[in-house]
Amino acid sequence: MKFFFSSGHGACPGCSLPIAVKNVLYALEGKCFVVNPTGCLEIISSQYDRSAWGVPYIHSVFENAAAVAAGIDAALKALGRKDEGHVVVFAGDGATADIGVGCLSGMFDRNHDVLYICLDNEAYQNTGNQQSGLTPPGSNTTTTPAGKILPGKIGRKKDMVAFALAHKIPYVATASVAYPTDIRRKVKRAVEFEGAKYIQILCPCVTGWGINSNETIKVAKLAVETALYPIVEYENGELVRVRKIKERKPVEEYLKIQRRFRHLFKHPKGKEIIEELQRIADENAKRFGLDE
Amino acid sequence: MVRKVVRGFYAVAYAVKLCRPSVICAYPITPQTEIVENLAAMYANGELENCQYITAESEFGAASILVGASATGARTFTATCSQGLILMSEVLWNAAGMRLPIVMVIANRSLSAPLSIWNDHQDSMAMRDACIIQVYVENNQEAHDMIPQAYKIAENKEVMLPFMVCMDGYKLTHAYEPVDLLEQGMVDSFLPPYNPPIKLTTKDPLTFGCYAPPHCYMEFRVVMQRAMMRAKKVMEEVFKEWAELTGRNWGGLIATDYMDDAETAVVAMGSVVGLVREVVEEMRKDGKKVGLVKIRSFRPFPTEELRKVMKDVENIVVFERAVSFGHEGPVAIDLKSALFGHCNAKVYSFAVGLGGRDIPRDLIRKCINNAIEGKVDEGFHFEGVKEFEEVII
Repeated sequence: MKFFFSSGHGACPGCSLPIAVKNVLYALEGKCFVVNPTGCLEIISSQYDRSAWGVPYIHSVFENAAAVAAGIDAALKALGRKDEGHVVVFAGDGATADIGVGCLSGMFDRNHDVLYICLDNEAYQNTGNQQSGLTPPGSNTTTTPAGKILPGKIGRKKDMVAFALAHKIPYVATASVAYPTDIRRKVKRAVEFEGAKYIQILCPCVTGWGINSNETIKVAKLAVETALYPIVEYENGELVRVRKIKERKPVEEYLKIQRRFRHLFKHPKGKEIIEELQRIADENAKRFGLDE
Repeated sequence: MVRKVVRGFYAVAYAVKLCRPSVICAYPITPQTEIVENLAAMYANGELENCQYITAESEFGAASILVGASATGARTFTATCSQGLILMSEVLWNAAGMRLPIVMVIANRSLSAPLSIWNDHQDSMAMRDACIIQVYVENNQEAHDMIPQAYKIAENKEVMLPFMVCMDGYKLTHAYEPVDLLEQGMVDSFLPPYNPPIKLTTKDPLTFGCYAPPHCYMEFRVVMQRAMMRAKKVMEEVFKEWAELTGRNWGGLIATDYMDDAETAVVAMGSVVGLVREVVEEMRKDGKKVGLVKIRSFRPFPTEELRKVMKDVENIVVFERAVSFGHEGPVAIDLKSALFGHCNAKVYSFAVGLGGRDIPRDLIRKCINNAIEGKVDEGFHFEGVKEFEEVII
């Protein structure tokens, strides 16, 4: 594999972000412009004089990656340079679903020719595991800590797939770093569409989730096998493909190996949250027909 | 050139078109909206060649889109003011640090609260330290002329900084004035196509917007300051070239009238300069040794120029269109710091016309006379304020 994203970057051992990034860049054969908002990926890869990037890369601020990408797209069109490559955003879940959601909506709405990839590690992990709109219920983050009264995050994970679909953009999908060939296929498929594309990739965080550094892929797989993270693919608003699950696992199997959920097994409200998570998984399985 | 009676927003929109921008972003805000509306009409009629006109979802988005476009090598334009400028501010600081020569028109408007759509300079003053060139224009011809010059200065390889052309909202944007409209050939001969020294391209992949740990951050700030200081010389050269090309000489970083033997210097920026000049001329007729200093470039600040013209004056009267709350007017603050140790004049600064309050001729005359006659204390004053009672006290 040619090094579009080189070794020597500052990711933690077992970090899933480079897996996602390398597979996306590989699928595009490095023919792309990368926009990256502030966050884990930016910090591990873009220190002055030590850039890991072998493709043109820009980081502006936290909440504007979609707009910066729109600007690159506009400039390439105006300057007759569209053939140079695709415009790709790699953004974290906080940058995507919280602080940058306005710019993202604008980019989707204008349907810029941009592939927007949300690297979903389910909290602000760069700053040390604070809850985001994509943090799942019950997760113990530093801003939704499990305490005597509260059992971690209250409320559901924001449905950014529905958000993307509501903008009628041509391609929307989810993926997990547990399935890199699926990521590569989806990226190749996505860029066949002219307009805005959204792929949300589940990227476990070793430190924030409290998992062993050799369990990243195992956890990323369990999220899918429990149906908590359904792998879906939409083209022009139609659900065209889902990743089927052979024998769906109970959510406890996924929860118990992560420090962020461990309190649920002894907290007075833990049982309630686990039941809620199981209900969400069951709904996903039913809604997308995940069970084989 | 054709002389036409046009409104300010058209004068700048037309000049922007002649500069052949590649990407224009629009987001409406009073009283700027008509600038981007005029550009939209030109775009809809196919008059903007090889240009993308984008309706952003906010001013924040508009500035961000231009960051991406400018970094990719496109000549860019947007216009905003007031809350819109403040909303853009995070991105504009970032654009300056990345050395992106985005050109913007600021239709100067006051800031909320209380909400006011009318003119003062509080909005652009809030961007003072962002490493963005700020030029204030006096009338619509100067606004029209400043657009090609702004691109030429901002895109100069020794500068590479964002540029704000500040024109008073309503007072200029919506005023009808005769303007000699530039011709395409003239602008083409003056302004070459934008060809940045570095850009985002797959042919030579570069990293823009890196993060800099303490061992290298400071050097980036040093080069920003150097670029600002180099801009002074570049601006003088471009202003001179413009005067030779068009026959319209707007001056340098400052422009002066009657300053050769002046005992009292009156300092102003923007559209109020026209009125102040008339008052100065009247006072000259009355035998008073008064002169006018129009500050054109607020950033970079014309330190050396002011030291030179203020060397022998006894009084300095500054008309402020903004306040640095807790201190005084921003122009006087900078003026005093520039003159410290170089001039012994008494400095009087008067905030006038905040939030679009009318600035009568008599008020200007009264302020200058009071300063000359020692009827007011040195320092900062609000003028043209009604009697009122404070509620929260």
